[in-house]
Amino acid sequence: MISSTAWILITAILVATSCALVGTFLVLRKMSLMGDAISHAVLPGIVIAFLLTASRNTFPMLIGAGLFGLLTVWLTEELSKKGRIFHDASMGIVFTTLFAIGVIMISLFAANVDIDQECVLYGEIAYVPWDLWIWRGMNMGPRPVWILSLVLFINISFITLMYKELKTYSFSPQLAATLGLPVGLIHYGLMGTVSFTTIASFESVGAILVVALLIVPPATAYLLTDRLHRLLLLAVLFGITSAVGGYYMALWINSSIAGAIAVMNGLQFALVFVLAPKYGLLGKKLAGRRIQRAGSELITTPEPSRH
Amino acid sequence: MSKEQTENKTSVPSGSPPIEVHDLTVAYDQKPVLWDIDFELPKASLTAIVGPNGAGKSTLIKAAMGLIEASSGYTLIYGKPLDKQRNRVAYVPQRESVDWNFPISVMDVVLMGRYPHLRLFQRPSRRDKEIAIKALTETGMDAYQKRQISQLSGGQQQRVFLARALAQDADIYLMDEPLAGVDAATEDVIFNKLKELRDRGKTVVVVHHDLQSVPENFDRTMLLNLRMIACGPVSEVFTDDNLQKTYGGRLNILSQMIEESRQQRFVRETDS
Repeated sequence: MISSTAWILITAILVATSCALVGTFLVLRKMSLMGDAISHAVLPGIVIAFLLTASRNTFPMLIGAGLFGLLTVWLTEELSKKGRIFHDASMGIVFTTLFAIGVIMISLFAANVDIDQECVLYGEIAYVPWDLWIWRGMNMGPRPVWILSLVLFINISFITLMYKELKTYSFSPQLAATLGLPVGLIHYGLMGTVSFTTIASFESVGAILVVALLIVPPATAYLLTDRLHRLLLLAVLFGITSAVGGYYMALWINSSIAGAIAVMNGLQFALVFVLAPKYGLLGKKLAGRRIQRAGSELITTPEPSRH
Repeated sequence: MSKEQTENKTSVPSGSPPIEVHDLTVAYDQKPVLWDIDFELPKASLTAIVGPNGAGKSTLIKAAMGLIEASSGYTLIYGKPLDKQRNRVAYVPQRESVDWNFPISVMDVVLMGRYPHLRLFQRPSRRDKEIAIKALTETGMDAYQKRQISQLSGGQQQRVFLARALAQDADIYLMDEPLAGVDAATEDVIFNKLKELRDRGKTVVVVHHDLQSVPENFDRTMLLNLRMIACGPVSEVFTDDNLQKTYGGRLNILSQMIEESRQQRFVRETDS
């Protein structure tokens, strides 16, 4: 039997890995807060799925959330394209409105809806070991672990299959379009995986803290490398270390696990922000001195080989 | 110059021309920035698009590439819609339009030129890499393959963009200010490469802001200011009269000096 501690850790690691992978592209695309927007705006999708199926079955919820995630992205872009409104303002309008509709739906149908607003916002990873999937009378283990594994599998497949497309698109959507790459597929594929990742991570870490896991590990890794594949691996590494570190920190100070994970993320980022050899505060100071000595054009930073 | 004598704006070359644009109108917020543009360009030509700031030069090639929604009009590449012919058209955006801090190497950027030749999901092959290296060698950038792109000077970044376009092995090259803010050595490399492409039968179109270098480096020119003022061989259309029409009263000595000093400052800022 796997202990409940192990299940919680497995869940946290799955969430952190999935988030770091898709989060890397959000950060590079300068769309970090789209993760925030999506994580809130999917709420009506979840409630509708719940009302239609009258169960907390995760698959209808995944689909409902996925649809509302894509709706958020689409509405945001249409508003800013068609109207006299900036992209970020448009996003603010769309996601707060959708989220508020979700909140109202919960309070209206509160009698029939077993969705806890607290849980949606903050998650409760500590309950994961008891949220079991019973299939034909067999105990298959915690349901969230299955769902998160599926989402991680989707994310990894999407990124490995579409690697060159995603790389080009995040570098320059215009360039991707002129090269004849399927920018619509790439964009909505990425937004779709962000939506799935967000909803699947909901129950464990909640809508707010999922944003930390989407953005902070990639942003930390970005300070340490100049190559996309290393950025992805480092982001996953930082996600996992903060998940595990956060769990034990929560045990130690007896606090919320999700909160501790997010704090760990912040601490890692702060450390790297100061200490990173090239792009950290210290590194930049040293490089500044070197430039003064050698002249900017002649500077070559030592670069490990690509492979 | 002998090349330009064979064609001019009104003559229709046999077969479909490499690029033809019809009735192209583009408006931002109901304000037209391009009005009813028609042109076609022959094979083996090197064309400069010139015009004052805000004349719609960049907009013209972006709209022709389908990057901007046009109010009307269409582009044909060898007689067929652009979407089916993407791999035959290489577009070089303005240098400022991409994120140079993006975590990729020079080689990665040049390899992107091979993507139109690859299927969805397909990875670049050894041959694609050889083509990319050849393109880098041709632009004098082969020593920088593994550099992260932010560690390049403005001129070097422009050469990397050119190498990416070369690696695409297209028939038509549309370039947005490839000579903006580059050093003299890079300017030579780029001009030589553009002429070589033309001599190999390619159709090369360049948004250009330095009027003085037009006659000696280009064989055709497009004078643009919201409308198409003239389009044809340099010897026929690059006239004082047409320049006056394009730049209006602004092409006097004072504004030339302002323009010049502005460009020089630009060079210093971006190329240091």
